[in-house]
Amino acid sequence: MGKTFKKPESLSDTHTHYCPGCTHGVIHRLVAETIDELGIRGRTVGIAPVGCAVLAYNYFNFDFQEAAHGRAPAMATGIKRVRPDLMVFTYQGDGDLASIGMGEIIHAANRGEKFTTIFVNNAIYGMTGGQMAPTTMPNQRTSTSPFGRKVDEVGMPIKMAELLAALQTPAYISRQTVIKPKYINKAKKAIKQAFTYQLENKCFSLVEVVSTCPTNWGMTPVQAVEWTEKTLLTYYQPGDYKVPA
Amino acid sequence: MAKVLMKGNEAIGEAAIRAGCLNYFAYPITPQSEVAEYLVRRMPEVGGVFLQGESEVAVGYMIFGAAGAGERVFTTSSSPGISLMSEAISYIAAAQCPAVFVNIMRGGPGLGGILPSQADYLQATKGIGHGDCRLLVMAPASVQEAVEMVMKAFPLAEKYRNPVMILGDGLIGQMMEPVEFPDDLKTEPTNKDAWATNGMDHRKGITRNLVKSLFLDPVQLNDNNLALKAKYDRMRAEEVMSESYHIDCDYQGLIVSYGTMSRVCRTAIDMLAAEGIDVGMVRPQTVFPFPEKAVAEAAMKPSCTHVLSIEMSMGQMIEDVERSVKGRVPVSWYGKCGGDIPTPEEVIDVVKQRIA
Repeated sequence: MGKTFKKPESLSDTHTHYCPGCTHGVIHRLVAETIDELGIRGRTVGIAPVGCAVLAYNYFNFDFQEAAHGRAPAMATGIKRVRPDLMVFTYQGDGDLASIGMGEIIHAANRGEKFTTIFVNNAIYGMTGGQMAPTTMPNQRTSTSPFGRKVDEVGMPIKMAELLAALQTPAYISRQTVIKPKYINKAKKAIKQAFTYQLENKCFSLVEVVSTCPTNWGMTPVQAVEWTEKTLLTYYQPGDYKVPA
Repeated sequence: MAKVLMKGNEAIGEAAIRAGCLNYFAYPITPQSEVAEYLVRRMPEVGGVFLQGESEVAVGYMIFGAAGAGERVFTTSSSPGISLMSEAISYIAAAQCPAVFVNIMRGGPGLGGILPSQADYLQATKGIGHGDCRLLVMAPASVQEAVEMVMKAFPLAEKYRNPVMILGDGLIGQMMEPVEFPDDLKTEPTNKDAWATNGMDHRKGITRNLVKSLFLDPVQLNDNNLALKAKYDRMRAEEVMSESYHIDCDYQGLIVSYGTMSRVCRTAIDMLAAEGIDVGMVRPQTVFPFPEKAVAEAAMKPSCTHVLSIEMSMGQMIEDVERSVKGRVPVSWYGKCGGDIPTPEEVIDVVKQRIA
């Protein structure tokens, strides 16, 4: 009997720096499987964000550029416009995409740039040590909201998938999660769908992946999964928010 | 090719196309928006890319992305816009990608004004973005020279894998002059397969390329900075350009001036010569690297008693002039920076007060 489960070619042989219980590794794998299955590794360029995934290029095995904080959609725009034959995706966290990079993602989506964004939303700044993000939940404690996020001071968390789906131009906006196997299969399908739309030259596609950060949430991995399911998924509901007409 | 009468900004756009750059990203800002207005029509004719970005911040990274993918690319902006792009310029220099930035300077600081200025001299030559990064900076004094510098900028950016800036004052962009586009300045892009993210299939190679500026290991970061420094030292050795005027005589004083300001000084020098007062001039064509040797040699002429740095800024280039002259001759500054360009008569008055 041959091998039935192996590492995708699009992943490198490196150990990741991600914390126990973090879902970046699962999301990396889904992206890598998709790229392998579509046979596009040799013409794919990824854009790494600033955040926990800044070193994502160490774990993927194809061309990569590293952006400044929030600017990945602008870089992807530059690449895709001058080399439309390349398959381009950005991989961004919630601080990167929904805070400092809000302008870039809105305008890239609205122009219908023909690249794909994987948006990993774990409701906190991970790499800088657990500060409040635009996606942090009401009353959620972080190092810069030590008494809990006060919505009367800083507003409600931003629902990026809904916000972007309100634009008329983007092709595909979906929200998924990978905290349990039943969700992982759906997330894989959505990620593959997003890349397939790019392959078909349809405009902008984005998959938001609701993710965990046990380290900065101060939880065990199991508690993090439970909190994600109970709290985050109630507010950030999975589903397709926009599909091509 | 015959000469045509063109506005500087339009000629800059055409020069890039003639040089073989078919990718342009920009954000509107006075006094250089005509470049975009020209290229939005012209790029489709040559199968090129035109995109108006949502901000200068985004445009800076569109340039980075396109340059990282190995394509020739450029943008144009003006002072406040260049400030917003300076973050990206630092990243591009750190990641060693070639790109061309044109700054048609207006008065500052802040919103300043929209009239011609040279007030971004220090930013362009010493302070463009954070970290140890430098640009190769060329400063044209005519529309024709702007065309030639733009055309030369692309192969130079590729030679050094570093951003190159054309630093023109607002008048260079706004005035019309006869120009021609020298065929011999059209160049083929270099092969970038060794480093660009142009797709592994495209390279028929088995290893992937990374375009990045993060070096968490202090030894690796220092090595990257040493590699950058070596390039900047090589620019100092190989790329210095300057032009001298009225220096084949025993001049009493020396003017150092560049861009539009140098043309006013030239007129003043002719008028002074008619009165029997000889003043020489060195006009830097590259401001980084600065023509230290040419300035020092001209200043050391025994007859020369004073060096004037005449700028459309509040005494910025004078720091390079003083550094070149090394205290061997007195150096002083004259200039204006509100959009009013000093007249030949004002220059003559200053020369008479300080030199003659």
